[in-house]
Amino acid sequence: MTVRRYLIRRLALMVLVLFGVTVVTFLLVRVVPNDPAAIYAGPRARPEQIQEARRILGLDRPLYVQYGIYISDLVQGDWGTSLRTRRPVLDDLLAFLPYSLQLVFLSLLVSIIVGVSLGALTAYKKGGWIDNGTRVLAIGGVSMPSFVLAILLQILFFRILGVLPVSNDIDITISQTHPITEITGATAFDALITGNFTAFGSAMEHLILPVLTLAAFSTGVITRMTRSAMLESLGQDYIRMAKAMGVPKRTIVLRYALKNAMAPVLTIAGLEVAFLLVGTFFVERIFALPGLGTYATTSMLSLDYPAIMGITVLMALFYVFINLIVDLIIAKLDPRVVLS
Amino acid sequence: MSGATRTDAAGVLGEWRLRHASGLSEARHNLRVFLRDKLAVLGIAWVLFMLVLAIGAPVIAPYPEQGRGKSNLSERFEAPSSKHWFGTDNLGRDVLSRVIFGARIPLLISALVAGSVLIIGPILGGLAGYYGGLLDETIMRITDIFLAFPALILAMAFVAILGPSLQNLALAIVITWWPWYTRLVRGQAVSLRQRPYVEAAKTMGVRNGTIVTRHILPNAFGPVIVAITLDLGTVILEVAGLSFLGLGVKPPTPEWGLMVSEGVEYVLEAWWISIFPGIAIFLLVLAFNVIGDGLRDVLDPRMKR
Amino acid sequence: MADLLEIRDLRLQFNSLRGTVKALDGVNLTVREHEIIGLVGESGCGKTITGLSVLGLLPRPQAEYTGGEILFRGDDFLVKSEAEMEEIRGGLVSMVFQDPLASLNPVFRVGEQIARVVRLHRGLGKKEAREAAVAALERVGLPGSETILGSYPHQLSGGMRQRACMAMALSCDSPLLIADEPTTALDVTIQAQILRLLLDLRERLGIAQILITHNVGVAAQACDRVAVMYAGSVVEQGRTAEVLKASRHPYTTALYECLPQDKKAEELTTIPGSVPDLIDPPSGCRFHPRCAHAMEVCKDVKPEPTPLSDEHWAACHWVAQQEGVA
Repeated sequence: MTVRRYLIRRLALMVLVLFGVTVVTFLLVRVVPNDPAAIYAGPRARPEQIQEARRILGLDRPLYVQYGIYISDLVQGDWGTSLRTRRPVLDDLLAFLPYSLQLVFLSLLVSIIVGVSLGALTAYKKGGWIDNGTRVLAIGGVSMPSFVLAILLQILFFRILGVLPVSNDIDITISQTHPITEITGATAFDALITGNFTAFGSAMEHLILPVLTLAAFSTGVITRMTRSAMLESLGQDYIRMAKAMGVPKRTIVLRYALKNAMAPVLTIAGLEVAFLLVGTFFVERIFALPGLGTYATTSMLSLDYPAIMGITVLMALFYVFINLIVDLIIAKLDPRVVLS
Repeated sequence: MSGATRTDAAGVLGEWRLRHASGLSEARHNLRVFLRDKLAVLGIAWVLFMLVLAIGAPVIAPYPEQGRGKSNLSERFEAPSSKHWFGTDNLGRDVLSRVIFGARIPLLISALVAGSVLIIGPILGGLAGYYGGLLDETIMRITDIFLAFPALILAMAFVAILGPSLQNLALAIVITWWPWYTRLVRGQAVSLRQRPYVEAAKTMGVRNGTIVTRHILPNAFGPVIVAITLDLGTVILEVAGLSFLGLGVKPPTPEWGLMVSEGVEYVLEAWWISIFPGIAIFLLVLAFNVIGDGLRDVLDPRMKR
Repeated sequence: MADLLEIRDLRLQFNSLRGTVKALDGVNLTVREHEIIGLVGESGCGKTITGLSVLGLLPRPQAEYTGGEILFRGDDFLVKSEAEMEEIRGGLVSMVFQDPLASLNPVFRVGEQIARVVRLHRGLGKKEAREAAVAALERVGLPGSETILGSYPHQLSGGMRQRACMAMALSCDSPLLIADEPTTALDVTIQAQILRLLLDLRERLGIAQILITHNVGVAAQACDRVAVMYAGSVVEQGRTAEVLKASRHPYTTALYECLPQDKKAEELTTIPGSVPDLIDPPSGCRFHPRCAHAMEVCKDVKPEPTPLSDEHWAACHWVAQQEGVA
């Protein structure tokens, strides 16, 4: 099947799945024990005010009508209004998303680069102290809760060593002396593209610990996956053939085996994006960063239903999209994969 | 056919042993190989230790009521000492006792989740994989939809909306995991239904239901058990994480994640409030991961280290 | 003709969890320049392991050589370092394996894989290496077309894949090629083509070959000489006609009798007993528990080769007795 037809089929499937996602989200929010109308109207509202709130929120219509309205609004860009901030949810989401994307992207980059390198290295030098040490680190990395790691890093680098900041996205003084023109909301990114290097430096400094924390788990996962995929590849007959042809060990490991190992590694990396997205909830909370995670947590705790629905749908959308890209990359890497 | 059949207990046991002989000796061999992995054995020891703590908490913990949540405002923020080995928290409660009591929830929820997916996965996955067709398509699409939500989001939304409580937490996590196991068993069922012995059974007229329960499901259980052991670590991380965010159990319930979040604001001065429960989470998850690795090495020696 | 390769009394054991596997128990094999010798035996007798040993492809330290020599033009491979062996592999000695699909890397194009080997051994630039790859393909009867060079392994047929593997193996003009069951994974018609190719390679290019196979018929068709292996050592060696039609070792004779050609169903025979467990093999001659002519000495002493003609020998006490040597 050609790439174009595959894409069309996948997108169609995606749309179907996303529909399902909206249905699930919609139903989920309707199972609410607390009355959203009452929340909207406020704690001291009178019964008529609550009734009015119900009418405003459209909650007096039948369920399928509500869904219909919901879905048609959704595709037109109206994702509801936040009960808390009173702003359109989509606006809220788009305001906070870039900062988190920057965080997720950097963490993913670090995880893949470090993970694949370590995994390949330990497969090559199997059994040595590098291998054993890395295995210990990797399994530690996947066992450590991100919020605990964040705290430990804060204590180490801030309290004891005093070299890194632990809250906010940028140093307050610098944000005043070198204010950043906000373009996307991703602090470091904006500073970079506007040439504001002082601010960029500070923003990056504030990203070091969060990225370290967020990347720890996925680096561990990717390292382990790369190592086992490499070992499996190295056990295959074509590796024996290459060896029989006199191909040196380094080339065998780094070229012949690695390319075969990439497919499962990339699949895992795609799944890790989900973990990273959710991880921002914890990391942003502890490091007080202005991202989607903070927004999401606050919305969930304050029962801001439109916001909760918006976040859920957005995350699912993002995740499904990323997996499509991963599948395409894998198809490019492994010619045996028949796009179907 | 042989003559008289022995019906006394020894005879039945002997016959069972004979029938399962190869399976038993293989299991014994696997056990021996598994026990050779020192880390895995340590992992099991730790889990058992945690179980003992969880069950015996009222007796083991030095200050059981504080463990359960009773405040002790006269002794707030005390650093670790001989009186309070792990110090006291912001409400003066003995951290050690709270950590001990806190072992209950992760273990309980792990058991609940494991039990649930062990039931749901094989039932839905087995039916979908074996019968195929519309049933398979429908179930697969539904799992697709649930799998489109990044890991915890659905669980978070669920707990947020229904209110934090132990039941909702457990339910939310089961909702997150059931699609994986359904898919796993379905994949097994699909490959198993094409095996020659299944075809043979069908030709001989064995009813579908019997085929599923007798032939498909028992063979699917193996990978499921391995998967569960590998996943329990993640389940515990999820439980702790959700509680940390306030979307799990409510205070003053002793739960490690919740305890970490209660201590976050004091972490630079009274580090012990967050660190000890944090390490407890780490060690338990590590134990499960190490056990899972050991199991996988035994059952899938191709991937041997 | 000179000896190209001489394997003398090669002994090999593996240390496994269940015990020590005494895989090779004194293998003696000679390969002359420009000849094709068949290494025949049942599965598990050690023929593949012997082939892998020549190229040092068995992982040490699990594989432990406890005795013997592998002399290539007088040079002992067993004492060489890994770096030296890397030079030799694909250079002086090449090998092709049983499953050509598994032997080719699925994510690289065929042309690329061949070219890389060529560049490795002959230090050519990219363009020359590509031309060499084309030449290599043509040598094995495949057109050196863009299509084949640019294809991935799974896009080629079984026969083409095996030829591609051979092209890779031959691209560096090795004087010795070890072919491990080169026809087993292929259809009968393709088998014939590959065998003809092997013979052709010997005719045109003078490449000596060790043809490892469990199929006596294949050996009969393509080999000048044959060596029969059982449970870790060569029991009989000689010209093809001698070993197969005038076999002397009880095992060879029994093996030949088992072939179902020209027999009616009732006449089919088997060799009683089963292949020995190499962790705890029979003492003395490893075939003695299944041998119709076993004598007392067979249980205690491993038989030495008894010469029967200028090329033909058999390692058997009973044969030695008949020859009046024992």
